[in-house]
Amino acid sequence: MSFPWAAHYTPKAPLMKWIDERLPLPRLVYNSIGAGYPVPRNLNYMWNFGVLSGLALVIQIVSGIIMAMHYAANDLVAFGTVEHVMRDVNSGWLIRYAHANGASFFFIVVYLHIFRGLFYGSYKAPREMVWLLGLVIYLLMMATAFMGYVLPWGQMSYWGAKVITGLFGAIPVVGEPIQTWLLGGFAPGNAALNRFFSLHYLLPFVIAGVIILHIWALHIPGSNNPTGVDVKGPQDTVPFHPYYTAKDGFGAGVFLILFSILLFFAPNFLGHPDNYIEANPLSTPAHIVPEWYFWPFYAILRAFTFDFFFVPAKLLGVLAMFAAILLLFFLPWLDNSPVRSGKFRPVFKQFFIVLCIDVLILGWCGGAPATAGYVMISQIAAAYYFAHFLIILPLIAMFEKPLPLPNSITEAVLAKHNLQGEEPAAVPAE
Amino acid sequence: MLRAILIAIGVFFSGMMLYSFGASTYAYLTDPAAPTAEEEFHLHPKEVHFSFNGSLGHYDRQQLQRGFQVFKEVCSACHSLKFVAFRDLEQLGYSEAEVKAIAKQWTIKAPDVDPKTGEPSTRDPVPADHFPKPFANNVAAAAANNNAIPPDLSLMAKARHDGPAYIHSLLTGFQSQEGFKNAKGKELLKEFPDSKTPEGLHFNPYFANLNLAMAPPLTAEGQVSYGDGTKATVDQMATDVSAFLMWTAEPKLESRKSTGMAVLFFLLIATGLAYLSYRNIWADKKH
Repeated sequence: MSFPWAAHYTPKAPLMKWIDERLPLPRLVYNSIGAGYPVPRNLNYMWNFGVLSGLALVIQIVSGIIMAMHYAANDLVAFGTVEHVMRDVNSGWLIRYAHANGASFFFIVVYLHIFRGLFYGSYKAPREMVWLLGLVIYLLMMATAFMGYVLPWGQMSYWGAKVITGLFGAIPVVGEPIQTWLLGGFAPGNAALNRFFSLHYLLPFVIAGVIILHIWALHIPGSNNPTGVDVKGPQDTVPFHPYYTAKDGFGAGVFLILFSILLFFAPNFLGHPDNYIEANPLSTPAHIVPEWYFWPFYAILRAFTFDFFFVPAKLLGVLAMFAAILLLFFLPWLDNSPVRSGKFRPVFKQFFIVLCIDVLILGWCGGAPATAGYVMISQIAAAYYFAHFLIILPLIAMFEKPLPLPNSITEAVLAKHNLQGEEPAAVPAE
Repeated sequence: MLRAILIAIGVFFSGMMLYSFGASTYAYLTDPAAPTAEEEFHLHPKEVHFSFNGSLGHYDRQQLQRGFQVFKEVCSACHSLKFVAFRDLEQLGYSEAEVKAIAKQWTIKAPDVDPKTGEPSTRDPVPADHFPKPFANNVAAAAANNNAIPPDLSLMAKARHDGPAYIHSLLTGFQSQEGFKNAKGKELLKEFPDSKTPEGLHFNPYFANLNLAMAPPLTAEGQVSYGDGTKATVDQMATDVSAFLMWTAEPKLESRKSTGMAVLFFLLIATGLAYLSYRNIWADKKH
């Protein structure tokens, strides 16, 4: 895989040699995240978020497995078992708050990871498969997070489950049978809670499997870099270990500091108070909102308030919400500009900034009550969201004149240092 | 071909959104939604200082004991506290013997089964019991309370925005609806003559829909006589019971914050070292 100059694994300890001859697992690790994987030397801190996403998944799986030891997926006692974790289990509060806030941090780092890919063109050839598998991971994460939020069986859990499965009810003819089939009943109940728990425990391991494919696909062409220029030779790369393990170690420290601040000092900041009220099918909360990481899509869902001929607004909203996610799968073919990095694409860069602001606005509207003002803002923002990916990106690719690219990664690195005067240019000896 | 289809989808959704925006703007301008009494007159919780606020805040044991007394003598007549056990009261500074006595003397008895006949019976609670519920079930609770079920209070301080301040504001916020004005000086009954508090409900602008079933529970100074000599004003009792309910909702608040300080201290050092090793390893590489 990757480059011909990649270091080869030569086990030193006899035990490792013995294992490697029988099962080349040490070799696999060495070639994936060890010294055997050459990585562009110029990666910036935005390239930390892949490893941090992996770290977040590990935190979720470890805390989740411990939570599952104390939790009971039964609608009569689920809420109480969560309180049992919070009150009676040794350090249970830590485990549960880590799991609840860990989900948010998982999405934070994954969103940064995705937007890094969007800006630096990491979805473009030859990395389309990396991008597609990443989106599969993202979809699995959304499903896992949604089902996990149902498990405490609070008011938002219950009504969230009702609203989200109700989306399927918008499909004509087969919608309502599908909703009933998904829930195992006409409303969320014990059947739904049990299957959500089962799937919530399963999917993270599926995610781990797809992550292996994601990394495998990444290692065929090797990592992208901030210039977007291909690696030309050994001088352009450094071995992943120790260079990027050290950098990721520092990144993990910063991640854990921020995570700890939220976890220990504001553990309910990102949660909704209504989820501390036990699920009650007879009392609808005033504002049903999903967790913050779904807000942009929730805003798109609610932005459709008018029917289109015979298509009801609700169905349009559902279609648009799914389209908003699924269109990302076509991104490598929508944006066919040959230049990867947004650094060298002056027009793209402007629109990328607008997209970032647009998604933040959608998120803000999605978390707000569905009043006329917020809905109107979401409509403008949603119009831009679709236009950005489906109309503007293909057009930019056609008309934009990119800036000149550096000849190589090394040239770009040295040019940067010369400009900043940190090191005088190497003058050839005469 | 694929791009043409995708661009067409983009034109459809974006166009639909722009059309919807135009239509909702038109609807908003021609027929704006009338504001509701709740939107105009609901008040956010008051600013209340609690010892447990802030990243170093901790509970005031004396205050929690006073709050517990208010709960015991006032709230517990109607409200359950089902996630809290008598044994937890030791965290408020009560001794094991005191907790045993509190449980034994609790007015509401714990449900049990008669060991001889198997018939339902009751007995004195023991420290291992959770607080017994004042009503056998929701039907009994509703029947005794004008059709409203008094909510369990264990998690109330986390189940509302700005919980402890909300509880304090609600307890001290009962007032006459006659002449009630909001910050803009508008008078509720003049603006919304139809929103007169219905019979059997009580006006309270801190409650989401302005009228709640609970009658003012704290009405007079000295309603509870505090053992530690604190003057039992309505405001004091409301603050104390709010603090107590924060403890029932988040009993591990203090160990959470102290653990957090230790973890942060460790992580700052570890991250500093990680940064230095990162710089050290990269010292020979321009990047």
